[in-house]
Amino acid sequence: MSDPTRTAGASHLDLDEREHTFLDANELVLNMGPQHPSTHGVLRVILKLDGEKVRGTECVIGYLHRGVEKIAENRTYTMFNPYVDRMDYVAAVSNGLGYCEAVEKLLNIEAPPRANYVRVILTELNRLASHMLWLGTHALDIGAITPLFYTFRDREEILKIYEKYCGARLTTHAFRIGGCQYETYDGFETDVRKFVTFVTPKIDEYEELLTTNRIWVERTKGVGVLSGPDCIDLGVTGPVLRASGVKWDIRKAKPYAAYSQFQFEIPTGQNGDTYDRYLVRIAELRQSLRIVSQAVEGIPEGPIMAKVPKVLKPPVGEIYHSIEAPKGELGYFIVSDGSTQPYRVRVRPPSFVNLQALDKMVRGQLVADVVAVIGTLDIVLGEVDR
Amino acid sequence: MPDETKGNTSPDKDQQPAPQAPSSSAPSAPKPGTPPAQAAKPPVTVPPKPAAPPAPPKPAGPVPLPWESEMVSQLKQRFGSGIGDASTYLGQSYMVVDRSVVYDALQQLHDEEEFNYLVDCTATHYPQRPQPFEVIWILYSFKRNERIRVKTMLAEGEAAPSVVPLWSTANWLEREVYDMFGIRFDGHPDLRRILLPEDWKGFPLRKDHSIIQQDQEWVQINLGIESGQ
Repeated sequence: MSDPTRTAGASHLDLDEREHTFLDANELVLNMGPQHPSTHGVLRVILKLDGEKVRGTECVIGYLHRGVEKIAENRTYTMFNPYVDRMDYVAAVSNGLGYCEAVEKLLNIEAPPRANYVRVILTELNRLASHMLWLGTHALDIGAITPLFYTFRDREEILKIYEKYCGARLTTHAFRIGGCQYETYDGFETDVRKFVTFVTPKIDEYEELLTTNRIWVERTKGVGVLSGPDCIDLGVTGPVLRASGVKWDIRKAKPYAAYSQFQFEIPTGQNGDTYDRYLVRIAELRQSLRIVSQAVEGIPEGPIMAKVPKVLKPPVGEIYHSIEAPKGELGYFIVSDGSTQPYRVRVRPPSFVNLQALDKMVRGQLVADVVAVIGTLDIVLGEVDR
Repeated sequence: MPDETKGNTSPDKDQQPAPQAPSSSAPSAPKPGTPPAQAAKPPVTVPPKPAAPPAPPKPAGPVPLPWESEMVSQLKQRFGSGIGDASTYLGQSYMVVDRSVVYDALQQLHDEEEFNYLVDCTATHYPQRPQPFEVIWILYSFKRNERIRVKTMLAEGEAAPSVVPLWSTANWLEREVYDMFGIRFDGHPDLRRILLPEDWKGFPLRKDHSIIQQDQEWVQINLGIESGQ
């Protein structure tokens, strides 16, 4: 529009007359975030818009960068353990599990079976908590307010179990290198069993609110489609990958902790859209409950902590260990130089890698869908930026 | 609590007793318990050594074993000496590949061996080595359910080949390596800083990047006082 000669002679209705159409001339660059509530933290997205349509995006990240990997090089193995909780702070227990298991592998020790069972229970409860928080906020982004209250009410019960177990609710630091520091409290099993019976019908409630809700379906079906090969090419993991039809879960592919002893399924979707990702996560809630109820019935007796030296000095070498965190593959690559401090710790964060797929998912979609897609990717900026 | 860089041994009262920095000077400094006994003994008996030999046979820790597989021999056949050490440590396989052939080797792994998922791309800095940077690609194959690592060594200022044409996920991962280590990737579509601000000075995950020095500079420039660290 800035060039008067271009529009002077041409009819505005005849858009194809020139190479640049009327709408193209009005490409708008819109800044979204970093203080936007639906970006789940401090994510800035620069949107290139053609009217309501997204033509391209650029993510600006790093607002929460704390240099976790540098901090690790200046701490002992034990001292770094609480830091990992602060990355994906809604799934702190999973972070701790990944780190502890990686260091255990490097030290060539194994956590006792009892610790592994407790770890599985707490980690799966954490997956439930993380997915519940995701569901509440994701639905809120799209305009459904009720699920937020439902999910937070039920998530509270998980946090209570954590609080009773280790005194913290969010950044729990529940595990130690070599097992768990705390024995389970009296009535732990009862609490977990009670929670399972309490929450099972609640998941049906969430589904009643959303699964056949017309507004929900219209806002999520066909939005942010990602095919299976695209997911693999982009390194996307977790529920996003499974919703695109790739049946892959590290708990099955490379079992860790005690996962090989439990029966559970890997839910998958077909279309790889936002709606399928919702269904997959809901199904994962049920599978997690299944694992928890199996684990709580069979917690073996015995020590909860392996014999670990007071000063940890892993032999020279390196290790990569990854777990299935609620958001995808969470990996730790640790290099030891034989001293008490890690020479290098690299965290492979699922949120960071998954966020990269945002551009592909929203191209050609509407601005309102960007909010839905950010929600469906389930990112936590503490982990993206580290 | 102030951060400590490894090389910097400034005394800090909060420091854990564990780190080995003080203990390196310990052998000369008398330990509280032992010196009286040692001081008394020398005239009587000379050999306090016999205790030493039983110590070395420590429980032999895991050692890297040679990684032998059809895939490795095929790669060795094609690239010859370009494929260096190929070992398995703690059940995890890795190979060191020369920089000149690393792209072709990765391409072969991607196209023919079906390592279609790039788990991670990262680096490590070893300032003492002639080639101080090690770039590591972690690959996974869904079909084989196998995870391997490919490494290459770079000298200061040398660039690694970008693998974005093979795996799109490498885009941000390589940007992060550039951001943290200053390693450039040839052929990367958009090599900019990703986590740190554009005008950031230095590359923080290099071993010579001191957090304390950076803090002092910032305080001096922005507050005009000594930081006192």
